[in-house]
Amino acid sequence: MDTDQLIRTLAADNAHRARPVGVVLALALLAAAPVSLALFFAILGVRPDVASAMKDPFFDLKFVVTLALAISAIVVSLHLSRPEALLRGWSLLLLIPVGILAAGIGSEMMLPQRLPMLTRLIGHNAKICLSSIPLISLPLLAAALVALRHGAPARPAIAGAIAGLLSSGLAATLYAAHCTDDSPLFVATWYTLAAALVTAIGALLGNKVLQY
Amino acid sequence: MRDRDDEWTGLMREALAGDDAAYHRLLKAVTPVLRAAARRGLARAGQPVDQSEDIVQDILLAVHLKRHTWDVQAPFAPWLFAIARNKLIDALRRRGRRIFVNIDDFAETIPDKTGAETVSASEVATHLQSLPTRQREVLQAIAVDSTSIKDTAAKFAMSEGAVRVALHRGLSALTARLRDH
Repeated sequence: MDTDQLIRTLAADNAHRARPVGVVLALALLAAAPVSLALFFAILGVRPDVASAMKDPFFDLKFVVTLALAISAIVVSLHLSRPEALLRGWSLLLLIPVGILAAGIGSEMMLPQRLPMLTRLIGHNAKICLSSIPLISLPLLAAALVALRHGAPARPAIAGAIAGLLSSGLAATLYAAHCTDDSPLFVATWYTLAAALVTAIGALLGNKVLQY
Repeated sequence: MRDRDDEWTGLMREALAGDDAAYHRLLKAVTPVLRAAARRGLARAGQPVDQSEDIVQDILLAVHLKRHTWDVQAPFAPWLFAIARNKLIDALRRRGRRIFVNIDDFAETIPDKTGAETVSASEVATHLQSLPTRQREVLQAIAVDSTSIKDTAAKFAMSEGAVRVALHRGLSALTARLRDH
């Protein structure tokens, strides 16, 4: 087939309209969400004292941090799904959850605490946190990668890493409803490690599957 | 260059608004620029420039299948050259060469008039043979025999909708095969 013939064929297919990447991402995440929710309820479930826990601002802060991570990663991933897009200033968006968490650690430091810092940091659920956040995030990560494949990311590994952040942010939001460790020090340590693991997996997978 | 970029942007907007002729003109207009850039990239990597048409076709397919990622408010040329650069680097890497391709290489490229209008490329033609029969027949009818969608539908006793689906799937499958081989 010579190039003129190919061009003629492409022009004949002009009527075909693909969905925007944002729509595909929303649909893919909605499809994966029930799977992650089922995993969450099967292995963890909501903590029994959730009603009283909600009155604790440090319990609520966990959701603010994880949702801020998920939302900023969604925005950055949609930006990076375009071929000419560069990360540049957009990576600053990812500092929003970091800033909120740092403010949380600062406020906790100023309040009188019953437990020493290291005890709060180590908590009781480190192992569960490190294993269940990545596990719950896997269906969401797969969905995010499928959606980004629909785009044309210039840097597949970076786009995959952001997909990892996005899915671990959503998974951590679920996990936070189970975990009884509410100290921002615990969140900053173990949630971050779990998210880093998923981000690394996302980068490795992205490098393989996001090349368009 | 600015006039050229504005013209491309205008054509792409018309194309997305449903003007097939504008789309055809746009693809014809960008091809000599892509060809010249592909040749230069191959030459720099010490590769025979006669493979440039494979790269041009690869870029055109990607432009077609990823055009929903173009922001209609943005100029078209930077988007096009980002895809072209990605595909050129990929093609050179496949041939075992790592080479830095500057985005300005495209922006400053003067169209290659020497490229014959009917240069044949081998890769798309090869993968075309491996497509499912119906997709291959539809693609060949439209590409080689320049049959319209309507006449293709009549020829194969299909609905026009089915022809469109086969056409689009065929193009997607061709692109997937180019990427994976």
